[in-house]
Amino acid sequence: MRLQRFATEVLVIGAGPAGLAAGYTAVRSGRHAILVDENPAPGGQIWRGEWTTPRSSEAALWFDKVRRAPLTILTGIRVIAEVAERTLLGEDQQTAYEFRYKTLILATGARERFLPFPGWTLPNVMGAGGLQALVKMGFPIRGKRVVVAGTGPLLLAVAAYLRAHGARVLMIAEQAPLSRLLWLGRGLWRFPTKAWQALILRGRLFDVPYRSSCWPLSANGDGRLQSVTLQCGSRTREIPCDYLACGFHLVPNVELALLLRCEVREGCVRVNEFQETSRANIFCAGEPTGIGGVDLALVEGQIAGYAAAGRPEAARALFPQRDRWRRFASRLNRTFALRPELKKLPDAQTIVCRCEDVPRGRLEEYRSWREAKLHTRCGMGPCQGRICGPAVEFLFGWTMESIRPPIFPARVESLIASPEQGESVWR
Amino acid sequence: MREVVTLTINHTRVEVPAGTTVLVALLANGIMAVRRSVSGEPRGPLCGIGVCFECRVTINDRPHCQSCQVLCEDGMDVRTE
Amino acid sequence: MSPRAYDVIIVGAGIVGAACAAECAKEGMRVAVVESSCVGGGATAAGMGHIVVMDDSDAQFALTRYSQCLWDQLADDLPPECEFRRYGTIWIATDEEELDHLRRKEQFYRERHVPVEFLDERALAEAEPNLREGLRGGLLVPNDSVVYPPCAARFLLERARDRGAVIFVGRPVARLDEQGVTLRDGSFLPAGAIINATGTWAPELMPGLAIKKRKGHLAITDRYPGFVRHQLVEVGYLKSAHAHEASSIAFNIQPRPTGQLLIGSSRQYDVESSDVSHAVLARMLARACAYLPRLAELSIIRTWTGFRAATPDNLPLIGPLPGHEHLYLATGHEGLGITTSLGTAKLLIAHLLKRPPAIPPEPYLPSRMESLTCVKSSL
Repeated sequence: MRLQRFATEVLVIGAGPAGLAAGYTAVRSGRHAILVDENPAPGGQIWRGEWTTPRSSEAALWFDKVRRAPLTILTGIRVIAEVAERTLLGEDQQTAYEFRYKTLILATGARERFLPFPGWTLPNVMGAGGLQALVKMGFPIRGKRVVVAGTGPLLLAVAAYLRAHGARVLMIAEQAPLSRLLWLGRGLWRFPTKAWQALILRGRLFDVPYRSSCWPLSANGDGRLQSVTLQCGSRTREIPCDYLACGFHLVPNVELALLLRCEVREGCVRVNEFQETSRANIFCAGEPTGIGGVDLALVEGQIAGYAAAGRPEAARALFPQRDRWRRFASRLNRTFALRPELKKLPDAQTIVCRCEDVPRGRLEEYRSWREAKLHTRCGMGPCQGRICGPAVEFLFGWTMESIRPPIFPARVESLIASPEQGESVWR
Repeated sequence: MREVVTLTINHTRVEVPAGTTVLVALLANGIMAVRRSVSGEPRGPLCGIGVCFECRVTINDRPHCQSCQVLCEDGMDVRTE
Repeated sequence: MSPRAYDVIIVGAGIVGAACAAECAKEGMRVAVVESSCVGGGATAAGMGHIVVMDDSDAQFALTRYSQCLWDQLADDLPPECEFRRYGTIWIATDEEELDHLRRKEQFYRERHVPVEFLDERALAEAEPNLREGLRGGLLVPNDSVVYPPCAARFLLERARDRGAVIFVGRPVARLDEQGVTLRDGSFLPAGAIINATGTWAPELMPGLAIKKRKGHLAITDRYPGFVRHQLVEVGYLKSAHAHEASSIAFNIQPRPTGQLLIGSSRQYDVESSDVSHAVLARMLARACAYLPRLAELSIIRTWTGFRAATPDNLPLIGPLPGHEHLYLATGHEGLGITTSLGTAKLLIAHLLKRPPAIPPEPYLPSRMESLTCVKSSL
């Protein structure tokens, strides 16, 4: 097993907007920086598939800046463990990597929150962002009938994207009530670019029904999706479709922060005004500090980059911008809060843990995540509770108590790769 | 012109554009249920971004590979359950 | 029996406490079980669940052999989630010295009528094709088995409950004395007898008890059915188990009915943190790869640690606490608590009902420990 070793002043984990901004800012401030990302190319989820052909001007701008900067970006590498003080271990398909750092910036992004409902395990029922990610990677969706459901600003963006790629989007089902959406809309004048984006998206979707107080009750089909039954206000409707793209807003990826013993509260990494976590020399930017979207991620990334490079005054200059986007984020998160009715969606037979096929009925009798896990295997599969964890938290109020290495399934040979075998790469 | 990669999916030769993930190659070739769950249910991808582990397949005899995170390569052998 | 609310209270709902509860309830006693966190959540959750006959001493043999027979009797009643399988153990020798050890082990078992089969190099390779070439031989003990301990503990507790036992879960105990158990919430449960089955926590309720925490690491893989067919253990395992140095590693791997592989083992004294140590994990996995080279390609999906309740002479503490009429101990099982839980329960019930036990109880009596005199004075 090869072990490739890197040492750098600033190590950034995650090459989405926050990580790119952080890494770029750090190198432009005269630091050596390495950016590590598990995906095939930089861009994170929002700019997935755009590294070679950017679609948004913002992505094009940042990719261009990053390409011109002396920043090392390593993709396809997943960080799996901390092997020593200020040393992380990663792996790709062939090789293990050791990263030594002086300062670490966590920009690990977010994932979709999934809630179980009858039929959600059928093939062709995917996350909203999930289906979009597949189409971004080249999956043909032209002519397919898609229902987009769940909650959050992502639904509109996904619907518009799918439609632009030829999908027939039959409906957007948003669980938030109309009153909340109107409240969000009334506040948008403060954020003209966001208002404009919303208008453009809506314009592109002018003939697609957007229903508030509407959510999926079940996905129907035998071995494959045939239709989805929706609760629309007081009525139920069944819509035949080829795909259901369903996600319930986002959950921060805090596993690495937890592994490094950074304080996490209510699912978000706690940071000070310079984006520094409870652990000295570990910073965090973007979604892990609280779901906030691309604009907040870019600002937080820059602040973290400046702070990591020892330029607090430059970081401070960005605080007003960050405050603004935080206000916007908090409005969004309040708008798309989950309604309690969604807790009733899964019946006793509905699978909650997809890795180990544990139905809701088997979980009812337990009092904690750990107890349920020990006795039912819920969360014991390879996703390590990333999918069922947030669902179980919503359904039962249980939170995961601990995280242990490896934070992703990892090959034995990576975990035993010893430094003596490795070659050093100093950057 | 885009480069093409040739691989086998369940012993059938297929061609995909370079840069395609194994998952997209599977879906584009009509395989929506890429694995069986531990109780035998057909399953397809959920998250598309390497988190859910629903898209696991066997690649070059190595089981449990996340097909959404692996790019197709010439001569690759992909098998679903 | 006494007029108190319960004839017996068992503190701790790990596999040992659960087995004691089932046994006491079966005898018609009024039983309560008090557990501070959750059923099978301590060493029971952390352990491998290997039901194994050991040969390190006659006392250890007697208790493990007796217990294994009890597991075999229970096997048909265990529900599927207990994952009971008679996989057998293969003890593996890598060199001439270990081969001698293996032959002695074989003789030990044969003399005591434990079925065993010696596997030469070729037979070993046939039995376990993923083992590396050049190993000297193996000793197959076919009756050894595996179980999923938390569900087994739960099953035993449910048996007790079906016979009237009352289970208090999530109720930490503040203290215990001759009259009963005082919970941290202030409530008092009076009992005729109290069994301390709290594993490594036992000294917290009985200060001065000669129990030391001995940390272990385990790792589990994704599902690779058939990669390993028996529990495989290096014959030098006891060197690790009985070593009293700070830390030791031994090869020990178990196939789970799910197709997963459970990989051990490590032993560390004087470590309080339950964090997984990368250094220990890496050593343990490297040791396993030295026996199973293709293991290197497999995927680890989870690791964890646990604490064994170790005693100075490697034997458990089963029986009355010296100087106390109503207090009993069932702890100190180190790495053999799953195996010996059932035998422990039988020995304890014999003490409680003053009946002759099936095996000589003396080697496990707490009174053998001089240090226990300090417990006497503090309670």
